[in-house]
Amino acid sequence: MKIVVCVKHVPDVQSERRMEDGHLVRGEEDVLNELDENAVEAAVSLVEEHGGEVVALTMGPEDAEDALRRALQMGADSAVLVSDEALAGSDVVVTARTLAAAIRRVGGGQGTGDVDLVVTGMASLDALTSLLPGALAAELHVPALTLATDLEVGDGDVVITRTVGAVREVLSAPLPALVSVTDQANEPRYPNFAAMRAARRKPLETWDLAALGLEPAEPSVAVLCDQERPGRAAGIIRTDAGEAGRELAAWLVENQLV
Amino acid sequence: MTEIPAGSVGETFDAPVLVLVDLETPRASAAEAVSLLAPSRAGLALVAGAAALTRADVVALALGPVGADASAALAGAGATRVLAADLGQAGTQAGVVADALVSAVRTVKPAVALVLSDYHGKEVAARAAVLLGSACTADASDLRVREGALTASKTVLSGSWSTTLRIGGAGTTPVVAVRAPEVEVPGPAAPVAVEALDVVLTPESLAVRVVSREPAPTASGPDLAGARTVVVAGRGVGGDIDLVRSLADPLGAAVGATRVVCDEGWLERSAQVGQTGVSIAPRLYIGLGVSGAIHHTSGIQGAGTVVAVCDDAEAPIFQMADFGVVGDVTTVVPQLVEELDRLRA
Repeated sequence: MKIVVCVKHVPDVQSERRMEDGHLVRGEEDVLNELDENAVEAAVSLVEEHGGEVVALTMGPEDAEDALRRALQMGADSAVLVSDEALAGSDVVVTARTLAAAIRRVGGGQGTGDVDLVVTGMASLDALTSLLPGALAAELHVPALTLATDLEVGDGDVVITRTVGAVREVLSAPLPALVSVTDQANEPRYPNFAAMRAARRKPLETWDLAALGLEPAEPSVAVLCDQERPGRAAGIIRTDAGEAGRELAAWLVENQLV
Repeated sequence: MTEIPAGSVGETFDAPVLVLVDLETPRASAAEAVSLLAPSRAGLALVAGAAALTRADVVALALGPVGADASAALAGAGATRVLAADLGQAGTQAGVVADALVSAVRTVKPAVALVLSDYHGKEVAARAAVLLGSACTADASDLRVREGALTASKTVLSGSWSTTLRIGGAGTTPVVAVRAPEVEVPGPAAPVAVEALDVVLTPESLAVRVVSREPAPTASGPDLAGARTVVVAGRGVGGDIDLVRSLADPLGAAVGATRVVCDEGWLERSAQVGQTGVSIAPRLYIGLGVSGAIHHTSGIQGAGTVVAVCDDAEAPIFQMADFGVVGDVTTVVPQLVEELDRLRA
């Protein structure tokens, strides 16, 4: 079984994230998108169980290689970075088109070739839109099973469980397919020293748009304006010395909140 | 940074606007027939919002049988045409819904197609936009027409930045997942005729099989996403959910939880607030034993007033609290409940 796991290099949510000229400032304190660790774990576990290989894929600037290194440390067998200056500022449609072309190249055949499964995280912690899985499945013309909390690959199909809204569903689809996983799907492994050392010898290729046979595309979502929102004014903080509950009650009533 | 084009006041599209509307069975009559299917409140709000964007038709698309009552509700909200495609059980799946939306766009040729920005709507929007070769975005609000193009606002980076976007290129129909606008929806009007929509389904959408589908275990009490007051249980309450309810119940508040609380099984998963759970926008948020990890607080950006009780003075929640108590929940909360009871008597 050949699995492509799509990952993203994003600013650490604990860092001072900001925008500049309509773009998120990258490359300062970037890490593998935490929710993609669940995708890598899911892909690596499936291959441990069924055999095969995991290819980690990302699109981004050169230093997005760090996210791929992390995926390799977690057990991916090889990695592909799609990097091209013309891709800066891509919207989700352009991103999906580019990743789909890379997946087809990894598969090396008609459609997705010998790629059986594409796994993604449920969202990236920069934009948090969760649009990519649906867009990528549409580009690849494969079924999408999203927000899985559990997935199993059987005889030529994939079965997921998910709880969304007020509904718990079990869904299945024939392979090839795309699955996005939530952070409830598994506990991502923490690479040990041996895994980190082994990752250094794993293949990592970089492809540009020309290598994928793509022309640059104009993103059709443009940021006209960005602005930091004013922080909240400092609130009242009380350390309880026996009366704080009463004080809070009075404050809630006074401010007509209850 | 580019300036926002001012646009004329009240600028509108010449082309129609298409709105995907969820149909739901009214709770009071769950056992009744499908003739009682009604548009969701959020869906009606989306129709009402769409009516301000165009001087042409507002076209509502529903996936299911639309009865006279449902059509009247849609007409009252501002729909001038109603399309219905009854896809049965398959109509619950985003791929099929996106295919239906694509068919509707090809029929109606709207300036923009709107869906609700929930997990389902986002997947529909992304798929439909790719199939249409157009653009999409999610979590949009404050939609306007400026210089003939659609603009929308959205907050990013856990609510710390706001952006204004121009969505879509010439001659394409962007698909936008919109946060339901807070608008008053007018009552029913004379129903409009319901037109049947022919849907071209793609093989990959049809390939998704529903093995089973059942209601998820949910908490009793007010609906979390729409609640005006939410009391959230964090790790610091231990398993003591009764303590949390002792505050929530008299306030008529919904009970939420952080991820750890759900992982531990103290509350059902549907109560989880945050990145991988529900996003909430209550007037009052009260966190009990919640430290305020970003995974949780990204889901409470819409809260009006934030109150926190937590025994860790260093907890990040205190940086966003309007009123914070550093203390033991097991002593502070009973005192709070008792005093509220007295003051409100």
